[in-house]
Amino acid sequence: MTPIIEVRDLSHTYSRGTPFEHTAVKNMSFTVASGEFLGIIGHTGSGKSTLMQHLNGLLKPEQGDILLKGESIWKDKQSTRQARFRVGLVFQYPEYQLFEETVYKDIAFGPKNMKLKEEEIRRRVYRAAHFVGLPEDVMEKSPFELSGGQKRRVAIAGVIAMEPEVIIFDEPTAGLDPAGCQSLLDNIAQYRKETGATILMVSHSMDDVARLADRLLVLNHGSIEMLGSPAEVFRQAKRLKEIGLSVPQVTELFLRLKELGLAVDAATYTPEEALSQLLRLKGGC
Amino acid sequence: MSNIMNIAIQAGDLTFRYPSQQEGEGRPVFEDLNLQIQEGSFVAILGHNGCGKSTLAKHFNAILLPEGGSVTVFGLDTKEEDALLDIRRTVGMVFQNPDNQMVANVVEEDVAFAPENLGVPSEEIRRRVDNALKAVGMYDYRRHAPHLLSGGQKQRVAIAGVIAMKPRCIVLDEPTAMLDPHGREEVMQTILRLNREQGITVILITHHMTEAICAQRVVVMDKGRILTDGSPKEVFVQVEKLKQAGLTVPVTTELLYRLKQAGYDLPLDALSTEECAQALCNWAKA
Amino acid sequence: MLKDITLGQFFPGNSFVHRLDARSKLLLLLLYIVSLFLCRGLLSYGLALGYLALAVSLSRIPLKSLFKGLKPLIFVIIFTALINMFYTPGKVLAEFWILRITEEGLHNAFFLVLRIVLLISGSFLMTYTTSPIDLTDGLESLLSPLKKLRFPVHELAMMMSIALRFIPTLIEETDKIMSAQKARGADFENGSLIQRAKALIPILVPLFISAFRRAEELATAMECRCYHGGEGRTKMKQLRYSSLDAVAAVAGILLLAGIIVLRPFGL
Repeated sequence: MTPIIEVRDLSHTYSRGTPFEHTAVKNMSFTVASGEFLGIIGHTGSGKSTLMQHLNGLLKPEQGDILLKGESIWKDKQSTRQARFRVGLVFQYPEYQLFEETVYKDIAFGPKNMKLKEEEIRRRVYRAAHFVGLPEDVMEKSPFELSGGQKRRVAIAGVIAMEPEVIIFDEPTAGLDPAGCQSLLDNIAQYRKETGATILMVSHSMDDVARLADRLLVLNHGSIEMLGSPAEVFRQAKRLKEIGLSVPQVTELFLRLKELGLAVDAATYTPEEALSQLLRLKGGC
Repeated sequence: MSNIMNIAIQAGDLTFRYPSQQEGEGRPVFEDLNLQIQEGSFVAILGHNGCGKSTLAKHFNAILLPEGGSVTVFGLDTKEEDALLDIRRTVGMVFQNPDNQMVANVVEEDVAFAPENLGVPSEEIRRRVDNALKAVGMYDYRRHAPHLLSGGQKQRVAIAGVIAMKPRCIVLDEPTAMLDPHGREEVMQTILRLNREQGITVILITHHMTEAICAQRVVVMDKGRILTDGSPKEVFVQVEKLKQAGLTVPVTTELLYRLKQAGYDLPLDALSTEECAQALCNWAKA
Repeated sequence: MLKDITLGQFFPGNSFVHRLDARSKLLLLLLYIVSLFLCRGLLSYGLALGYLALAVSLSRIPLKSLFKGLKPLIFVIIFTALINMFYTPGKVLAEFWILRITEEGLHNAFFLVLRIVLLISGSFLMTYTTSPIDLTDGLESLLSPLKKLRFPVHELAMMMSIALRFIPTLIEETDKIMSAQKARGADFENGSLIQRAKALIPILVPLFISAFRRAEELATAMECRCYHGGEGRTKMKQLRYSSLDAVAAVAGILLLAGIIVLRPFGL
C-alpha cells in the first residue's frame, strides 16, 4: 500500500550564504502509513518544526521531496494548495491565531478558504466542535470570552473542520493543567478512532507519546536518530539520554527494577503494562 | 529569635474577588484563606488552572490587595502604601512567559532594571548584576540580546532580574509552563540552588507533580480553598483527594496505589524512582 | 521575509567611533547635518565627504553594509533627482516633449543627491555604531533639561527602549501567525487589492490581541520590579565624556567652521 506521507531525502538550510546559516533538516527520509499515529520527539532545535512545515507545503524543500499518497505536493500549484487542506497543521499555542467574532466563524475559516458550500461548512464546523468537546452554546460566543483550554479547542477544531487526511499537532497540551491535558489527548485519540485519520504529534512529554503512538520518530540535530515502536525506541534508553532526551517515568522505574535483579521488561512504558507485569511477577512467585 | 521573625508570608482570613464581580454577587476567588510560610522554606502551591493560585501569589507582593483579611510580608502589611517598594523588593516575582517580563534588549541591562528603579548607586548595581547573573549561570551571556536565548535561559535571566533586588523571598508563577524538559530542568536546578545556598524563601506555583516533589512543603489548592497541606510524602499519598482536584499523582505513586488497591501491602510514600524501585523489589522478592 | 528588515541595526565593535559617548555622537550628527545644509559648492561637499569617509574608516564598518542601508532609498533619491533636473528653470540644455533639462537643474540634482546620500550614510553610521540602549540613554540625557518644562523625557526614552526590545519578538510572532493562517488556507499573495487587504485581518487581529496581552503582562512585571517612573532612578551605566569625545568634537567644529568659511565664496 502506498504510504500516505513519504519524505524523500529532505534537507533545509535557513539563511543560506549569511553568517546565520543553519541546517535544520539533513537528508531525512521516512514514510507514514495511512491511519498511523506517529509520535515525533527531539529537543528544541532538532528540526521538528522545520520538518512539520514541509509536510503541508508551508516550506519548500531545498533538496528532496514530500509525497502525499505517492504524488509530490510540489508537482503543480494546485497540488501545493491542496496539500494545505489535506495535511492539517495545529501549531503550538494555536489559540493565539483566533481572530473572528464568533467561535463558529473562526472554525469556519479553513472550510471557507476551501470554497465549500454553506451547508457543508456548517456540517463540518459542528462535527469539528463535537470532536474537540465544545458545547453547542459557545458557537455564537466570542472566542476571546472562553477559558484558555476552550480557546485551544476552538483553534484545533478550526483545523479538524478542513477534514484533512493527516493532522499534525505541535505540542497540543503545552501550558494546560493535567486534567486539561488528559481530556484533550482523549479527544485526539477518539477523533482518530472515529475518522481513521493519520496523526503526527510532536511532544516533549514522553509519557504522552508513549501511550498514544504506534511508532516514534526521534530527531537529533536535523537527522533521524531512531524510528520504531515505542518499545524499540525506549529499549535504547541510554542513547536517548545521551542526546538529551528522557524516557517515560515508568521505563525509568523498570530499568532500575531490572538492575535490581527483577525479571521485568525494561522497555515497559505504560502504567497499565507495568501493573500487569508486576502482578504477573508476584503471581509467578 | 522570636517566632514572628521566622514567618516570611502570612495570609490571615484572606478574602478576594475581582472588581468585575459586584459585592455579594458571584463567588469570591477565595474566602477566609489562612496560610503561613516560613522563612527559608521551599513551598510548592499546586492546583489546576483557575483554582486561585495565581491570584493568591499576586497578593504576596501587593500587586493585588485583599478585600477582607490581611497579608503580611516579613512583618509589613501589604495594605501599607508607604511600604510598597519595600514589599516588592523583599518579595520578587517571576512569571510564566519570559518574553513578557524583559524590558531591555541586552541581558545585563535587563537585570539592572530593578536596582535602577530602587535608586541603587551605579557601582553597586554593576556588582549586583554580575552576582545575580553568576548565581543563575548566565554571566557569559550578559551582552546577549534576550530574544536570541532559549526559553530556559530567558527564564534564568528573569530570575536574575529579581535576585538583583536582593529579595528574601521569590514567588514563581508557573515558571516552567512554556519550557521544554531541558529548560525546565535548568530553571528547577537554579531555584533549588538559590533556596539552599542563599536561603531565599521560594514559593513555586505549578501543576507539575515532578516539580512539587522538590519542595519541602506542598500546598494543594482547589476552588479557592486549601485542600491539603504538608510534606510531599504526606500530600501525595492522598491519591483520591488529588484526583478529585483535577491533579495527577506521580507515576510511582500511581503504580503503588493500584497495587495497593489490588490488595497488596505497599508504602504509598515511595515517591522517587529509587525509593519506589526498592519498595517494589522488596515486595516482589518477599 | 520580515526578518530582513534592518531597523536601526547595531554592529557591535570596539572602534574609536563605537567608544564615543552616545551624546557626543548625537551632537556630532547634528553638527554634521547643519554643515551639510550650509554646503554650497563642490569643495565644501568634498570636505563633508572626507569627514564621513574618515569616520567610516575609523568605525571599521564595511562600506557594503552602509550601501545596503541606502538600497531601499534609491528610488526616492532618483525620483527627487529627476524632479529637480526637469523642473528647475534656467538655461536649457536639451528638450523633448514637455521635459526640459536645464543647466541649473543638473547642478541642483547633483548636489541634492550628494546631500541626501551623505545625510543618510551619516545617520546610518551612528545607528550602526551605537547600541539602541546607549542611544536612548543619550537622548534622555541630552533632552533632560526639558524635564523642567514638564516634558516627559524619561517616559519617552522608556517607551523607545521597550519598543526596540519588542520589535524582534513581534516580528517573530507575525511570522508564526502568518504560517498558522496559511495552514488554514489563507491566501496572502493572490486576489485583488481589496481581497488582499481583507486577508490581513486574520493576521492583524491576533497580533493586536497578543500585543495588548504582552503589554499588560509587562506592566505587571515592571511593577513587580519596583518600577515607579523616572523619579529617583539611577543607571548602571553612567554616560561619561572622555578625551576621545573632545577629539571628535574638535573635528566636528572644524568641519562646520570650514564650511562656513567656504560659503561666501560659493565653493
